[in-house]
Amino acid sequence: MFNPNTLSPAKTLTLPIDAATTLATARVLIIGVGGLGCAVAHDLALAGVGCLVLVDFDTVDLSNLQRQLLHDVSQIGQPKVLSAQRALQQLAPTVNILPIAQHLTEKELLEEVAAADVVLDCSDNFATRFMLNAACVQQRTPLISGASIEFGGQVASFALNTADAPCYHCLYPDEAEEAATTCTQNGVLAPLVGIIGSLQATEAVKVLLNIGTPLYARLLLFDALTARWRVVNLVKDPACPVCQHTGTNSPF
Amino acid sequence: MTITVKFFASLREQLEKSEVKLDSVNALTVAQVWTQACDEVPLPSHVLMAVNMAYVDQHTVVQDGDEVAFFPPVTGG
Repeated sequence: MFNPNTLSPAKTLTLPIDAATTLATARVLIIGVGGLGCAVAHDLALAGVGCLVLVDFDTVDLSNLQRQLLHDVSQIGQPKVLSAQRALQQLAPTVNILPIAQHLTEKELLEEVAAADVVLDCSDNFATRFMLNAACVQQRTPLISGASIEFGGQVASFALNTADAPCYHCLYPDEAEEAATTCTQNGVLAPLVGIIGSLQATEAVKVLLNIGTPLYARLLLFDALTARWRVVNLVKDPACPVCQHTGTNSPF
Repeated sequence: MTITVKFFASLREQLEKSEVKLDSVNALTVAQVWTQACDEVPLPSHVLMAVNMAYVDQHTVVQDGDEVAFFPPVTGG
């Protein structure tokens, strides 16, 4: 007979009990429940994170199913957040899933970011990414950003709860929006979103548990075609319009 | 001076080259490195760049022996 206790995070992760408790009491905000968001939510639910807030206004489409692993054919046309909630509750019945099937206003986004211990950017457009980064800078909430397209992926973590940390806008200027390509238009190698999403989830666990060395001020690039990884070191842009007033010399 | 220029991900596919060695007697900015390595095509505004694995802007002046890397913006989710 199925016993949910056999799936307790302490047993599956062999973490010290205080670490398991930290995860079980954590609240994580996931923006976007497509390829990256499904992988992130899946991994964090199984890792024992207690509360996942899922935000996505979109509905499940047949074309999503090759890479968005929480959705299936029975959920086509349903809101992605409800489809994901349904799948996650089968995998990890004790996790509290809070689905939000709409665009958040700036005020609502700020409230959700403030309530979260860590935020994961799994969105598919720069407008959302810039808005989310600004909210995380304002609320000083750590941000873990992932992106993938075609055969390439990127992950970076931003310690926005500390002074002098670069933010997403220090890396991507507004002009980036002009070059935006999406998975829907350009396609993405299906397993790549799992690789990048699992890296984001790994970063989230590290940040929540305060262990190891997160990808703070580093951009990790993965090229699936050559199977090569590369790290680019980031610095805070003193002229960044989003975070320039958050340094140690500013009234943080 | 000699500069190693590397192109990553979709840039490598579009330009059909992954690495170029540049020899120059003049000081070069990162934008000029791109132009010389890419047959005088101007640097697109959205391309990201790093010198010796540190993120820089296009006005950064490179030194002899530097490695300049260009990589594309990625936003897909």
